Amino acid sequence: MIYSISTTAIAIFVFFVLAVLGLSFYFARKAKSASGYYAAGGQIHWAVNGIAFAGDYLSAASFLGICGMIAFFGYDGFLYSIGYLAGWVVALFLVAEPLKRLGKYTFADALDVQFDSRGIKLAAAISTLVVSISYLIPQMVGAGALVTPLLGFPHWVGVVMVGSIVIFIVATAGMTSTTYVQFIKGGLLIVFSIVVVVLVLNKGITTQPSEDYHQFVALPAEVADGQVTAVSDPSYTVQGQVQSGAQTFVKLEQAGLSTWWKLSGDSSAPVLEEALSIVAAKNGEMLYNGAPKEDKRFYSVGHVREVLVDGQPVESTGPLTPFEFTETIESATVVRFAKAVLKDGDDKVTVFYQNPTLGKDIMKPGLYYKLDKGSTFWSRLDFISLMLALFLGTSALPHILIRYYTVPSQRAARKSTIVAIMAIGLFYVLTLYMGIGAMINGGLDVESSNMSAPLLAKTFGITLFSIISAIAFATILGTVSGLIVAASGAVAHDLMDKYAKVKMTERMKINYGRMAAVVVGLIAIVLGIIFQNQNVNFLVGLAFAIAASANLPAILMLLFWKKTTAKGITWAISVGMLSCLAIILFSPTLYEIYGLPPGDAPIPLQNPGIISIPLGFLTLVAVSLVTKRKLVQQKKDPQPLVETTAE
Amino acid sequence: MLHEPAPELGKDHSIEKKTKLGIRMFLVYLLIYAGFVVIGTIWPRLLGAEALSGQNLAVVYGMGLIILAAVMGLFYNYFCTKYEDEMNKEERP
Repeated sequence: MIYSISTTAIAIFVFFVLAVLGLSFYFARKAKSASGYYAAGGQIHWAVNGIAFAGDYLSAASFLGICGMIAFFGYDGFLYSIGYLAGWVVALFLVAEPLKRLGKYTFADALDVQFDSRGIKLAAAISTLVVSISYLIPQMVGAGALVTPLLGFPHWVGVVMVGSIVIFIVATAGMTSTTYVQFIKGGLLIVFSIVVVVLVLNKGITTQPSEDYHQFVALPAEVADGQVTAVSDPSYTVQGQVQSGAQTFVKLEQAGLSTWWKLSGDSSAPVLEEALSIVAAKNGEMLYNGAPKEDKRFYSVGHVREVLVDGQPVESTGPLTPFEFTETIESATVVRFAKAVLKDGDDKVTVFYQNPTLGKDIMKPGLYYKLDKGSTFWSRLDFISLMLALFLGTSALPHILIRYYTVPSQRAARKSTIVAIMAIGLFYVLTLYMGIGAMINGGLDVESSNMSAPLLAKTFGITLFSIISAIAFATILGTVSGLIVAASGAVAHDLMDKYAKVKMTERMKINYGRMAAVVVGLIAIVLGIIFQNQNVNFLVGLAFAIAASANLPAILMLLFWKKTTAKGITWAISVGMLSCLAIILFSPTLYEIYGLPPGDAPIPLQNPGIISIPLGFLTLVAVSLVTKRKLVQQKKDPQPLVETTAE
Repeated sequence: MLHEPAPELGKDHSIEKKTKLGIRMFLVYLLIYAGFVVIGTIWPRLLGAEALSGQNLAVVYGMGLIILAAVMGLFYNYFCTKYEDEMNKEERP
């Protein structure tokens, strides 16, 4: 989409980002100078720590990704909200307290505490690196998506900007994120999301999202032998027609501009419905709705065609309560936009055409994950796989587990987690209203599903838009910094120091850590550009699947199965991680990125968890039983031990 | 990251009870969560049916899972705190 740049927006955005960064540095300096930092840190109130948990967890994906996915696919996006929160139940009831009792600070340390195994150290460090990088990709994509409408830069500039700022901060000053900064960011995100939802509910459901919303035209057409020959408005001339599956698209010309329309209506009354189009000519020229980008003829969309109150169509419902909103939207017909890619001579044409959808279909799963009409065995398996990975992923994320160790007592840790569950739960309930609000109020940028929440805020004024974008951007900076530090720590501390036993001075350790941070940052920048058009929420779902496949079998079995061996853990991490990555690399989504037809992908699953998570558990059990048996045999026959559980 | 080290924890006699409670509550939530996934996979149309005050089953069940997580968390905390207070009483100064 093409966005108008506002000086006010930039000023508010820069002020907010600088204020948050300034606070980060202020608290970091205060923390460093205080001799009793650790003791003081232990005095943080559990409620503050709980909101800080939320600040850590509610990354760009939660805000931009879930809202965007709901705006494009209705309830299917809300599945992520449900799954992400359910994952906290696993963390609270099963993992957090027993893991904390092991007295270590990271999951890698905790896994290794009983065994002192080099295999576990290597596998856990690589797993931390892979999960951190896979979690970094959506953050970078989100950063690019935010910077485009605010500052007018292309997506890749936003990615490079965030990457460079964070690499600079991490490589020069070190990590500065503190509990209070995460508390402020988490708190602001929830407060301003409430503001947006209150505005959405107050506006209600209306067929005219705003005064300047584009009025889509429908032209009665004349059709002979399947070909459109003329339209009712004589100022248009028919230039061509392309068939794409069951859809027919027609190119019309008016006043020198060529636009694309979709043929609809029955054969007795055919109608051409206006669509949005991007034409890529062979010479590299791009036309947006028939004109160059600068002409700004490409706009955000999403509106209600019909809404009923007491069975009667109305133009606007007026203010609604949350329950009335979800009930009324079921009676509405919402115009979403579907995508078709056509060949018109040498030109590649991407058409976004109106796709009226019944509200009752929007408010249940099925628009993204096919479960009913058009469903297949694989599409249903994909749904189960997604729900499994989301449920098990949270408690396997290294950067979430680390936070659990920052509280002074088990009791405070529990309370913090419950505050986090309540804050995050409230936010996830709000995502449904923000997503549907964007869907019906012109909050869809058809080129990127990540922009829906900021675009929705923009319909309520530039100030709200700028503040929300700034909070999201600052959250990305914090999350990216934390992930890069975690990943560089895995390289410098776990791989080089603990595993390879490279002799290093303290200074060398810091320098290697910085070098690793720069390399990881650069990888994140490149991947952030490659995955530009993917929904950030979908990408986070993949990161969850990798974490759940690689780490969770090892964590749960270590805590609850006494026969677990070091080799079992090492193999489980390796097999879970590699199988998950392999399924992702051969999935339809990645085939699309490779430029290959998604239908040719050998594994038709978008979400790998249903295969890779059980495979991780099975590997751990099988390898542990085999290595345990060897140990038992060796105990019976007093030969020197060659194979032990402790390696 | 600037994280504080985990403090030394005193002897906790309530570990076994808390672990059992955690596993039981997890299994209860797992069953309810799995119910949602099973309905979505086998009877997806059921999720579109009206369940409560004009809301369909998908909205009620989805919101319910979010609220239930918070409510069960509160119960879990209440009972864990109770076990800790009762079973670690003699160790307090």
